[in-house]
Amino acid sequence: MEATSLNLADIQKIAEQEVDFERAYKYRINVCCSSGCVPLGALKVLKAFEDAVKELGVEKECKVARTGCPGTCAVGPAVMIEPGDYLYQNVTPEKAREIVRDHVVLGLPVKEMLYKNEAFYKKQQRLVLRNAGKIDPQRIQDYIAMGGYSAIVKCLATMTPQGVIYEVSTSGLRGRGGAGFPTGQKWGLVARAHSKPKYIVANLDEGDPGVFANRTLAEADPHAILEGMLIAAYAIGAEKGYLYIRSEYPLAIQTLQKAIAQARSISLLGDNILETGFKFDVELRFGAGAFVAGEETAILASVEGRRAMPRPRPPYPANSGLWGKPTLIQNVETLANIPLIIQNGGVWFSKIGTPRCTGTKCFSLTGKTKNPGLIEVPMGITLREVVFDIGGGVPEGRKFKAVLVGGPSGGCLPDTLLELPVDYDSLTRVGAIMGSGGIVVLDDKSCMVDTAKFFTEFCVDESCGRCTPCRAGLIRIKEIFDGITQGDARVEDITTLEKAGVYIRDASLCGLGQTAPNPVLTTLRYFKDEYLEHIQDKKCRAGKCFKNKEEEV
Amino acid sequence: MSTDDKRRLALEKSMKEHNYEESALLEILHRAQEIYGYLDKELLMDIAQSLHLPPSHVFGVATFYSYFKLKRPGQHVITGCLGTACYVKGVDEIMRAIEKEYNIKRGESTPDGKLSLLVTRCIGACAMAPAIVVDDEMIAKATKEVVLQKIKEVLGGDKPESR
Amino acid sequence: MGDAIVTLKIDGVEVHVPEGTMILKAAKDNGIIIPTLCNLEGLTPYGGCRLCLVEISGSPKLFAACITPVSSGMEVTTQSEKLKEYRKMAVQLLLAEKSHVCSVCVANDHCELQSLANELGVDHTMFERNFTKEEIDSTHDFLVIDRNRCILCTRCIRVCDEIEGVHTLDLRMRGKDAQIIMDLDNKWVNSCSCTSCRKCAKVCPVGAIYIEGEPVGHTKHKEIAEFITERRQRKCK
Ligand SMILES: Cc1cc2nc3c(=O)[nH]c(=O)nc-3n(C[C@H](O)[C@H](O)[C@H](O)COP(=O)(O)O)c2cc1C
Ligand code: SF4
Ligand code: SF4
Ligand code: SF4
Ligand code: FES
Ligand code: FES
Ligand code: FES
Repeated sequence: MEATSLNLADIQKIAEQEVDFERAYKYRINVCCSSGCVPLGALKVLKAFEDAVKELGVEKECKVARTGCPGTCAVGPAVMIEPGDYLYQNVTPEKAREIVRDHVVLGLPVKEMLYKNEAFYKKQQRLVLRNAGKIDPQRIQDYIAMGGYSAIVKCLATMTPQGVIYEVSTSGLRGRGGAGFPTGQKWGLVARAHSKPKYIVANLDEGDPGVFANRTLAEADPHAILEGMLIAAYAIGAEKGYLYIRSEYPLAIQTLQKAIAQARSISLLGDNILETGFKFDVELRFGAGAFVAGEETAILASVEGRRAMPRPRPPYPANSGLWGKPTLIQNVETLANIPLIIQNGGVWFSKIGTPRCTGTKCFSLTGKTKNPGLIEVPMGITLREVVFDIGGGVPEGRKFKAVLVGGPSGGCLPDTLLELPVDYDSLTRVGAIMGSGGIVVLDDKSCMVDTAKFFTEFCVDESCGRCTPCRAGLIRIKEIFDGITQGDARVEDITTLEKAGVYIRDASLCGLGQTAPNPVLTTLRYFKDEYLEHIQDKKCRAGKCFKNKEEEV
Repeated sequence: MSTDDKRRLALEKSMKEHNYEESALLEILHRAQEIYGYLDKELLMDIAQSLHLPPSHVFGVATFYSYFKLKRPGQHVITGCLGTACYVKGVDEIMRAIEKEYNIKRGESTPDGKLSLLVTRCIGACAMAPAIVVDDEMIAKATKEVVLQKIKEVLGGDKPESR
Repeated sequence: MGDAIVTLKIDGVEVHVPEGTMILKAAKDNGIIIPTLCNLEGLTPYGGCRLCLVEISGSPKLFAACITPVSSGMEVTTQSEKLKEYRKMAVQLLLAEKSHVCSVCVANDHCELQSLANELGVDHTMFERNFTKEEIDSTHDFLVIDRNRCILCTRCIRVCDEIEGVHTLDLRMRGKDAQIIMDLDNKWVNSCSCTSCRKCAKVCPVGAIYIEGEPVGHTKHKEIAEFITERRQRKCK
């Protein structure tokens, strides 16, 4: 695409053209080419569909599109055919031709290959992932046709920055990166800060191991993130944004690079956006394998090219962030909600979810679940609904044991807490956190002591080393775990674990240390008998522990 | 022009693009690793001087982030994901099998430099856990047998020296 | 820093200090001593050791006094059972982290960690102690670094960067593997930037960096803070 200067009305025109263009097609085959499906052969499947459509002579009425992830990653490669959202699972190049022949040519969906699990989508509410699996993330026109960039047009044409912040505040949106800070309030703080220039940092570090929600969003709908950044920039008066992404996500990086280039080419980013004089540009910055870099002061250090060590607050980034200037740090999922709020109004958004936690949340559902994948649910849904209705329960006839919410610094919650509504405050109350959106299901083959040890090891590796509790404390906890899982522990060790855990939680400088003991403290709270069993009877009911030693001997 | 000069030129170009700004250190380390495969001390000193940064600062940054490699990696690199989802699905057992088969520990290379075994924390393929990457190719829903077979294939018959 | 004066209470005593003052300084200026390790007046506060934690009424959280600025009406508690417990815990963890054997240490009787342990009554640690075996670097003419005693307070890094202005020192790795390095992790004698100014040895609170042949009590004279402040002012002019 050549660089062209468009104005506000042109976006609407592109949308109309694109819709007309799409209307010419009777069918649209969406092949998921996201990171989950590519290793399973999605690109070959895509090619097979393109060939089949040509060979069977239906290319005029059937469009084959390369899309992002519809969420059912465990049964990939996944292919969705519109209209009707028929989702095919485990598609192979051989099956592609059959699907085109039956579904497109004859109009008969191939029942045996369809994804049968209706419950998976039934309880979901896909707002942030509205376009995921339906548009080609590499074509900005696809996004615009779905109403994309109409929100920034609305802001530029009819709203003041204060008006935008007011809508966001009304919506009740809270940060999706973990802490749940009210987004509108944060924007207000940065907007009111005096010094200039101001910056935006979009956080796509997603360091929680076992979470892929942000990556999937970026691969499926990169422009939603960019539009969110644009609106935020307009509201707070920023001219420059950095999108910080982990380097472990090559496909997401490519997708975003392309999206940024396309947005620049039609003057949606740059010095004179849509001929309104509004100026904003986005630059990518790459992480390098440090979980703590996702912490808000550490991410600033990292963008500035330094060691990602969290620093004390105050000063808060809203007043003194990048290079000492006011900076808005926002998770990319938070940002992707923004265009919807502007289009439909804050009041509309505030009615979704619960009164204190509005909207939806994306979760990656993994572990011992029948339907692993990426889901988006309204806030306030119960854990049981997520694990059993959407996730389909535990496979292989095993028994549910616990669910891990919030990544390595989350909590392990037992079956008695399954009725708990998923929202920031309820989770915090039981010792877990929302985190950036990981739900891992454990069955009776998982050992809770081993699980807590695993998370502690992760935090030991990822501690930045600045403060005593986290650096010098977690390692001692890990050693005690080594003792417990190798048959070399005393009952008093449990007290030491508890004491040290509480100390690290209360005394650490940043969120990593403050939440790192959560897995230890929650397992001690809900599964103490397993600890005692390990220590007193040297028995692991899951059969995981007491192994390493024998092997080494 | 020798390969060395060409690489140096490519690095210089990247630094110039960033106006030799201090804040571009991470981008430049990324680029340097892309060009050279790993970051040795000579290279780090070169970068420090070009960006007018204290050498200890550059070394501090390069070693803080685990993505940067300061040693030459093996010819073939196996990376096991030790993220939560993969751990729950038993990646540890696969890793142990590799360790045993090739007498190599996580984070190390065989003495002849043929094979490196690395760990990472989540590559975002959690729904298809466990995930193991053998030379840029990801094996989803990996099992011991498949992984060991694959490693054998990439090594092409010659078994690396063990200690 | 503004000229406005802020009134707050520390341990029940009403104090008046300029806006922007850190709680630690406000307390000290009013005769209330809060334990510290990483902080050193004149250097950028680091907030790492967590010894200076205090309570502020109305908040369940704890605050590091060296990095928390005062605000009007604040009520600070610097001594409580919980705080004492936590300070003891920090000292225990630091003692357990590396090889701290006071009887053979150059800094015996002149070590801030040791005197804190005494003050707080830490006579044992509840953790298994970890005796590290890092090589001692005594290649420099007279400066020695023994990383087995380093508590990673980074005073040396800050003084080298902020006062001496050469930034010879920094940290390598992260977390439990973090260590003080010279230049590209070279031996000290090979450092191309060190000016041998000895400041790092002066500020080290323990016996990790010291001057060979010089009694530590002599190196670590009590007036370091004034020395630094004076250097700072000289630099400004
Ligand atoms: C150790 C640690 C890691 C974090 N990692 C991430 C991350 O990967 N992505 C993210 O968006 N936020 C992360 N956060 C939260 C950020 O500090 C910050 O709160 C968030 O990006 C703010 O955006 P939000 O208000 O939109 O949530 C992390 C926090 C901590 C303490
Ligand atoms: S809590 Fe851990 S990660 Fe955070 S500043 Fe302290 S040492 Fe660093
Ligand atoms: S002697 Fe001076 S210049 Fe050398 S490392 Fe110590 S503080 Fe820095
Ligand atoms: S060497 Fe001394 S001054 Fe430097 S970090 Fe270690 S304990 Fe602190
Ligand atoms: S990656 Fe294809 S369905 Fe999720
Ligand atoms: S945990 Fe292994 S890919 Fe995410
Ligand atoms: S003196 Fe305040 S944290 Fe060390």
